[in-house]
Formats: sequence, structure tokens, C-alpha cells
Amino acid sequence: MSRKLLLENDHIEGINTYDVYRKNGGYRSVEKALKSMSPDDIVEEVKKSGLRGRGGAGFPTGMKWSFIAKPDGVPRHLLCNADESEPGTFKDRYLMEKIPHLLIEGMILSSYALGANQSYIYIRGEYMYVLRILEKAIAEAYANGWLGKNILGSGFDLELSVSPGAGAYICGEETALIESLEGKRGNPRMKPPFPAVKGLWQRPTVVNNVETIAAVVPIVNDGGEEYAKIGIGRSTGTKLISASGNINKPGVYEIEMNISVEEFIYGDNYCGGIKNGKKLKACVPGGSSVPILPHYLVCKTASGQDRLMTYESLADGGFATGSMLGSGGFIVYDEDQCIVRNTWNFSRFYHHESCGQCSPCREGTGWMEKVLHRLEYGHGKMEDIDLLWDIQRKIEGNTICPLGDAAAWPVAAAIRHFREEFEWHVNEPKAALQVNYGLVAEKIFEPVTA
Amino acid sequence: MSETTDNIQVTIDGKSISVAAGTTILNAARMIGGDVVPPAMCYYSSLKGSGGKCRTCLVEVSKGSEKDPRPMPKLVASCSTPVMDGMEVKNKSSQRVLDARQGVVEFLLINHPLDCPVCDQAGECHLQDLAFEHGLEKTRFEFKRRTFDKIDIGDYIKLHMTRCILCYRCVYTADQLTNEREHGVMKRGDASEISTYIKNSLDNDFIGNVIDVCPVGALTDKTFRFRSRVWYTKPMDAHRDCKKCSGKAVAWMIGDDIARVTARKDQFGEVKEFICNECRFEKKEKTDWVIEGPRHIDRRSVIGANKYEEPIPEHTPLLNKA
Repeated sequence: MSRKLLLENDHIEGINTYDVYRKNGGYRSVEKALKSMSPDDIVEEVKKSGLRGRGGAGFPTGMKWSFIAKPDGVPRHLLCNADESEPGTFKDRYLMEKIPHLLIEGMILSSYALGANQSYIYIRGEYMYVLRILEKAIAEAYANGWLGKNILGSGFDLELSVSPGAGAYICGEETALIESLEGKRGNPRMKPPFPAVKGLWQRPTVVNNVETIAAVVPIVNDGGEEYAKIGIGRSTGTKLISASGNINKPGVYEIEMNISVEEFIYGDNYCGGIKNGKKLKACVPGGSSVPILPHYLVCKTASGQDRLMTYESLADGGFATGSMLGSGGFIVYDEDQCIVRNTWNFSRFYHHESCGQCSPCREGTGWMEKVLHRLEYGHGKMEDIDLLWDIQRKIEGNTICPLGDAAAWPVAAAIRHFREEFEWHVNEPKAALQVNYGLVAEKIFEPVTA
Repeated sequence: MSETTDNIQVTIDGKSISVAAGTTILNAARMIGGDVVPPAMCYYSSLKGSGGKCRTCLVEVSKGSEKDPRPMPKLVASCSTPVMDGMEVKNKSSQRVLDARQGVVEFLLINHPLDCPVCDQAGECHLQDLAFEHGLEKTRFEFKRRTFDKIDIGDYIKLHMTRCILCYRCVYTADQLTNEREHGVMKRGDASEISTYIKNSLDNDFIGNVIDVCPVGALTDKTFRFRSRVWYTKPMDAHRDCKKCSGKAVAWMIGDDIARVTARKDQFGEVKEFICNECRFEKKEKTDWVIEGPRHIDRRSVIGANKYEEPIPEHTPLLNKA
């Protein structure tokens, strides 16, 4: 069983209350930071730790923090992105629900490091009960002097509040989140300017994922170098993985980023293998937006190496034979699942969630959904497969925000790896409605040269 | 103003120009003029915040700047990307750009009715021109298009959302030209629509300008709707003394009658001086106006193609087939 940094105490009864949390070493890092560290020291420790954004893109957090503009007299803000809506991802909910004070502790440290005196947690509207848990925890933190004016006599002030969204996936995009927090329609902004220069109310702003902010707590407690010892290469520390699909033990797992995908799927400490003794058909390793992998590319890369649960190894081979760690929404499919139906389901989601601001995403997501619906329900044509490929190609990279890419990638990967299953749907429409195609044949890929 | 010097060198499709820092690629291209100008369906230079949405102005940046010559990995929206010194941009010389633009036109036409023959905007429709230049021969979209009922917003303006391409221009116009926020966008994705709140009317002295900024036939002038095709009318520069606006307009005439009045648009289809509702909707007598003379209309449109002598752009796919 690997080491846990975030969910170490999640089994303790009452850890969601201040007293129990404090007794188990809670807020230790705030005492350490405010008494003996400067804000720059914390940024330095986070840089040393190699922590990368846990929301999906995997951008180094220390670097992101050092980009924030610091004009005189202009307040800065830290926003916590708790608008977790990616299908397949539910790690932030678990963390906030079980150990809300860990997020608050991380928010204090990160706000101190960035010089932010007013910070917000933007939480998904559907997580209303989690919002209540957080509000209760924030009230406890205020009552015990961890938030408010002059925290621990250090002269550092911090106001923290939680703000709910109204049910839009797009508000998890950082600039749409900012718009929404300002009370406007949640449309992503054009970049540049980036939020680090002009964010919330045109002030320098950093937006971080819940897990990223929580990870700052062990980094400050044990030091960045200690954190960086866990994991392989540039994938340091632990990562929360939300495992779902046809596995024996779905749930949230904290893993050290050095275990193999095979161990994660089949190991007794993790998913415990495929349910009902079925065979693995496919896997989406990082939430619905990332490319799907066929069975023969899940545990091994195209070059025959063991695939590991790291940013680099999951992306090995690029999009041709790899995928992404993304937000850690690990979805496993057994041989009885239909890839066309799954792709249609994802497309339906992106169609529903497109903000409608830029044309490729607004119109293209709906078009893909309609074509996939036709294929799934037995009215598809052979040209539809090429048409889908063409549509996704024209959306990808041409939109304002990454939602367009996120809608295009799953379709592209499904056609790339499961084309014969799509063709079978066209040729055998009646059978496709009654039985499933099963596993696809292995393809040989040309080695990808970097 | 003395500090702004034109010292940023940018090359677009092989043509160089020096512009002031902060200029966008699109505006630099417009300064060069001619074929290097990317089309723009949502950007409107006088409306703050407009642009970036339609993605027709995507260009390829093949060299970032003198300092950092790396090309930009994605195509960028030229209307919202500022130029850097030494930047090299490809517009029509890039196949990637032409492909992407063809894709965008196709996307824009998915939910846009292809009934130009009965649309009031035909002949002066930017989408029609764009589709003519960059679009496919036939549609690949075989599903039901989204449709809406026509709505009267106020006494003078008809909103037909079915034709709307959600460029947001009218939203910015209503926000910035008038005192109160008049209307906005409701709903999300391809279900979103331009609307006033619960069918309120648009009631403001300058609200008629939303008709002029609309690139398609979604917002039309009820005093002119279906009275004539635009190419049967004669555009004349005209002016009158007006207390509310500049009074400079274009009177579109049929014989000796003024069929409609619009603001004056420049070569990029943008209004520089907005006019008031009184001039636009109520002054339809020849005696109301001082007619200056025929207005030069830059015809690069479908209508102009076989009527005017200006050469048709070479890459127009419809004509190259023949």
C-alpha cells in the first residue's frame, strides 16, 4: 500500500470537525509557515516539490505562482476551482466532504504565498451539501483564529468564502470561472491577458484545483524535497484517482505516482480487477476529455514498456498510442461495453455543456452528437465515420477554450482505435443494437519519433 | 499621443507593415488592405469586447516575434491577438488556415437556414459573402436545423433568431451605445439565443443600430422588410441636421422614394458613426434629407460577382470547379 499524504486520516471518525482535525496535526503547516517562512519561501518549496496542477493540464504549480503579476496597490486573489464536473472524476468531492479543513489549510498557505487577502472557493452547484460542509468548516476556522484579521499575530489577513456555480461544466475553465464569480454569464475569456495578469475584477489571480491546493499542506509540513522523492521523473508526489467502471472496487484512491497501470487495475489494494472475471476492453485514464485507450495499450505502451500511472507514461506515444493523466478520472470498460455508445454519451455531454460562444464548438459538438446517435441507433453510413473525423479535426485547436479540444479528443481516439467497431455498427445495425462487438484487434503502430 | 510610434514590424502573407504596439493582427492586416485581410464575422472595431467568437479570422503565426521566433502551435484569432515585433503571419498563404476557415463556415451554416432567396439580408449579408468565398458546395449536415419563432422587439425591429450566428455584436451595441442593458444571450450552446428579457421591446434612441451591426439577417428593419431586394435600390449618401446623431447616413432609394436609411459602412462593413432611430426609421421623405450623391459600395459579394468588374478572388472554390 503506498503512502498517503492527503487522505491519510480520512478513516478517522469526525475528521471533518475542527477539533478532531486539529488533534491529528491539522493547521500545523500554517503555524510553521506564518511563524518561520516568507511567502517566497513557500513558492520556493512548491517549486522544489515539482507539484503539477491536478485539475487536468498538469502545469507546474510553482511556476504558475511565480507568473502572478504584483503591481503596487492592486489586490491579488486566489481562487480554488472546486467546479469538478468532468465525467468520471469525483476526487475533489471526496476530499472536501471528508477532510474540508485540509482544503482550508491549503488555501491559507497558498493565499499567504501569493499575497492574496481575499480568496474564494468556487464550488460546483450540484455539490450543495459539500458547500454546507465547507461553510461549517470555514466558520470553525474563523472561530479558532485561522482566518480573518492578523492570523496568529503574523499580520497576515485572509477572508475566505465559498461560492456555488449554477450547474455549468464550462465554469470549470478558469476564465469562465472568473466571469461566473463576477456574477456574469460563464463564458471563457479571450487570452491573453491571462488571469495571472488580469483575472478576477481585472486583478492578478491564480486559479488552482482543490487537490493542488491541498497538496501544499504536506509540501510545507515536510518540505518540497521530501515531496519530490515520491514518484518518478517530473510526476512527483501522490495523486488522487477516481476509479469507476467495470472494476471490483470503484472509489477514490491516493496513489504514489510510481505504480503501474496494471497494478492499479488488477491490484488488490486498488481496483481489484475487472468485475465478474471479464476481460478489459478499454480504459479512459484521465476523465472523459482524454483519449480512450484500447486494451492492448492500457498496461503496455506501444513500445512495449510497462505503462505507469504518471503524467509522462500515460502520455507516451502522443495521441496516436497514448492518452493523458488529466484529472485522474479513471474509467475502465469491460468487453461488454459499446465504444460507439460511450463516445455518443461523451459527445452528448459536451454538446450540452458548450457555452455557445465560439462557432466550432457550439455547432460542431451538436453535429458530432447527432452523427454518433445515428451510428449507435443503426442508421449510420460508412461516410459518417470519416465525417466525424473531419468534424473533430476542425474543432480541435480552433476554439477559445479547451472545451472544444475536450469534445474532439474522445471522438478522435475512439475512431483511431475502434474504427472496426464503428464499421460493424454500420454493416450490422441490427446486431449492434443487441450484442456488443467485443475486443478490437491489435494494431501495429509505427514508432513515433519525437 | 506623441509616444505611440509605429515601430512594431509585422509581415502578413509576405507583406510588411509597421504598426503601433498593441495593434491586433487583424487591424494590421486592414492597414495593409487587399487580400491579406482575414474575414471577420463578430469583431467590430468600435465595440469594446467584441471579437474572438466566430473564429473566421483565424490565422497562422509562423514566427512569434524577433525575440522568440517559435511559431505558435495553434491558429490564433487575428482580431484579438496583438502583434509582436518581427511577427510573421500567414493568412491565405496557409492551407491550414483555409481548411480551418472552411470548417468554420460549415459550422456557421449548420444551423443557418440556406434560404437566401427569401432573406432580406441577401446581397449585403456577410455570411453569404463568406460562404461564397470559403464554403463548401453543398451541406453535409443532414439533420433538423434549430428554428425559432420570429419576434417583434419594439416597433421597428424584427428578430429572427433562426438566422442568428451568435456574434454578440448587437449585445455589445445595446450595452455600449445605449444607457441601459437592453438584451443579452439566454441559454447555452447551440440552444442559446439573443433575447430581450421576457419579450420586452427594445426601446432606445440608438437601438436601431443593432440592425446595421448584424452580419446576417437575424435583425432586420421592419419599415423596409420585404419591400425590395437591396440590389434594386440605389444607395445615396445623404445627411440631415439631427440633434441626436451626426445625421450622416445612406438613403437607399427606389426611384425617387427613400426605401430605407442605414448608417454608413466602411470597406470592412463596419459603421463608424452610428445614427439615431429618428433618422433611420422616421425620415423617409426625400425632403428630409440632403442627397449628396451615389455611394460607392465595395462589392465583393455574391451579388457583385457577376455585376461588377472587380475580379473575383482566385481561390473561390465554386468558380474554380468550372
